[in-house]
Amino acid sequence: MLEIKNLHATVGGKGILKGLNLTIGAGEVHAIMGPNGSGKSTLSYVLSGREGYDVTEGEVIYQGRNLLEMAPEERAGAGVFLAFQYPVEIPGVPNTTFLREAVNAVRKYRNEPTLDPMAFMKVLRGKIKELGVSDDLIKRPVNVGFSGGEKKRNEILQMALLNPALAILDETDSGLDIDALKTVADGVNTLRAPDRSVLIITHYQRLLDYIVPDHVHVLAHGRIARSGGKELAQELEKTGYAGFTGEAA
Amino acid sequence: MAANVETIEQVQAVSEKYKYGFVTDIETDTAPKGLSEDIVRFISHKKNEPEWLLQWRLKAYRHWLTMPEPEWAKVAFPPIDYQDAYYYSAPKSKTDGPKSLEDVDPELLKTYEKLGIPLKEQEMLAGVAVDAVFDSVSVATTFKGKLEEQGIIFCSMSEAVQNHPDLVRQYLGSVVPAADNKHACLNSAVFTDGSFVYIPKGVRCPMELSTYFRINAANTGQFERTLVIADAGSYVSYLEGCTAPMRDENQLHAAVVELVALDDAEIKYSTVQNWYPGDENGVGGIYNFVTKRGACRGRNSKISWTQVETGSAITWKYPSCILQGDNSVGEFYSVAITNNMQQADTGTKMIHLGKNTRSRIVSKGISAGRSQQTYRGLVKVSPKASGARNHTQCDSLLIGDRCGAHTVPYIESRNRNAILEHEATTSKISEDQLFYCRQRGISQEDAVALVVNGFCREVLQQLPMEFAVEAQKLVGISLEGSVG
Repeated sequence: MLEIKNLHATVGGKGILKGLNLTIGAGEVHAIMGPNGSGKSTLSYVLSGREGYDVTEGEVIYQGRNLLEMAPEERAGAGVFLAFQYPVEIPGVPNTTFLREAVNAVRKYRNEPTLDPMAFMKVLRGKIKELGVSDDLIKRPVNVGFSGGEKKRNEILQMALLNPALAILDETDSGLDIDALKTVADGVNTLRAPDRSVLIITHYQRLLDYIVPDHVHVLAHGRIARSGGKELAQELEKTGYAGFTGEAA
Repeated sequence: MAANVETIEQVQAVSEKYKYGFVTDIETDTAPKGLSEDIVRFISHKKNEPEWLLQWRLKAYRHWLTMPEPEWAKVAFPPIDYQDAYYYSAPKSKTDGPKSLEDVDPELLKTYEKLGIPLKEQEMLAGVAVDAVFDSVSVATTFKGKLEEQGIIFCSMSEAVQNHPDLVRQYLGSVVPAADNKHACLNSAVFTDGSFVYIPKGVRCPMELSTYFRINAANTGQFERTLVIADAGSYVSYLEGCTAPMRDENQLHAAVVELVALDDAEIKYSTVQNWYPGDENGVGGIYNFVTKRGACRGRNSKISWTQVETGSAITWKYPSCILQGDNSVGEFYSVAITNNMQQADTGTKMIHLGKNTRSRIVSKGISAGRSQQTYRGLVKVSPKASGARNHTQCDSLLIGDRCGAHTVPYIESRNRNAILEHEATTSKISEDQLFYCRQRGISQEDAVALVVNGFCREVLQQLPMEFAVEAQKLVGISLEGSVG
């Protein structure tokens, strides 16, 4: 599904990722944990193609294609989805409109027929029922005045609608109380599928109590410092990142 | 809005160049170049006008000669050579004029079709009566019969002068006096045609009245004159939309629109303006110097202006309301988009004269490229206008770092219990918003159109449905190539 080889990336000329290697197979759930400033968010932006995140070395192969050569919208069309740590507000644009534009845009990339407003509403109604999202959320302008929990739920709703092959969750647990965390985790769990891979980026272990990963990696100083199974997350919870914050070998 | 998907598709279907950049080849009956008393007489004679109107024109012309150019607007352009333009051109017709669509020059009809205005289809499907203006003479009017049944007059200004001279004489220049400003004064002297609307007492006009303006012959200044009168207790919604073919020379346009609302009457006047804005370097493009003003003369009357301004090289335009009648209401909803080298100085004036008069201003300005845009608004409350209220909201959105947005609100209140509120914001279209959209599969240009349509939503919602769709399309087209 995804193969990251010796990835080096800079932000504003400063080296952040320094030789990151990671392979994610189809249907696998990987968690990347790490202290602040280790490069977690940079990785999510490099994978989604944000401007200002420059790759200086290495390659990323996604479903056999060179991901780094693709524009952000092409990546989305090819099934890369990023759940934002800070979802962006778009005043005046009803959430429904935004969701429909997004769904039809990726459908075009995938050579699927676009949905007319009526057909789309049917799909949308089904998804919000499935995910327990309130009706009100789709009528309001995109993320405007949403609570932290509502914003994250809206990200999960988008993920469900866009049907990605690779979902990257960037600090999806940040700013959530325990109930909201559970709802969001439930949402992600219902979307687990053999043909869908998930990359969870998180600082804390607690999200991983609800979304149990197949693999856990520790990111420190721009590279994977250690990999293991789900028990690694629990170990980190006890010991913290102290062992990784010194200069890497 | 439901139209958004279609909008995006349509936007994609349109090429980057100005969509309506073609020129129709029709022989024109053109007056010699230049401006003089003789030209004014020529126009008046051509139109077989009564003596009083000729004298009115001549008076305006003589006054115009003495008037200075208005210089307070934040726009820059070389001095206009008024002698280097034509002031009259009419499509040639073999008879005295077309009586129905069948009599209209097929070349003309083809042009309208290119513009997406199939008259016949509109007649049948859209329920819109179109008084189409091609250059300076109206060539087709539809739905006339239906409107006549209710006593509604909707015709060209020339016809109105012939058939309803008393109404014209009573109201022409009563809202915008001939000497109001240099551009309006020129219009008064040389106006060639335009639309005339009269809604009788208590009649609610059953359809949206619509005019499509078009500038065609090279170097022809366009001087449209529009007069809308809503008698007591009546209602009318009037739509005006414009496109123009590509030209390499600046074309002067100085229109005047006058609205009169009597007791309990309401006029809704909507404009989508898409004249040729010039190329990326500012070559060509229309100079749009328009004077639009409405008088709420009667008690409880209401005038609402909605405009979507995307075209023209230079826009100088302040649709205003004189709130004379007690409890009258004035509204101004505006979206102005400037890209490349366009300059726009636009806004409104709300003049509160009557008691308990209310006005609302919502202005959304979007600047991109190297364009300059100014909101200029006046809210004036006279000593007698107790209980007057105004709310002004003025938002600017910048795209890129080479454009400018300026806000110049004037407030003059001479009544202590008036309540005036002014809110203004300036923001930039954010990288975060664009990236968020693109990560969801929406292309950069579609993302810009989406964000900007959201920014303008409050205003676009004021437009009648068929216009709202066109306006959303225009928003996308106008900003093509503005990012990245």
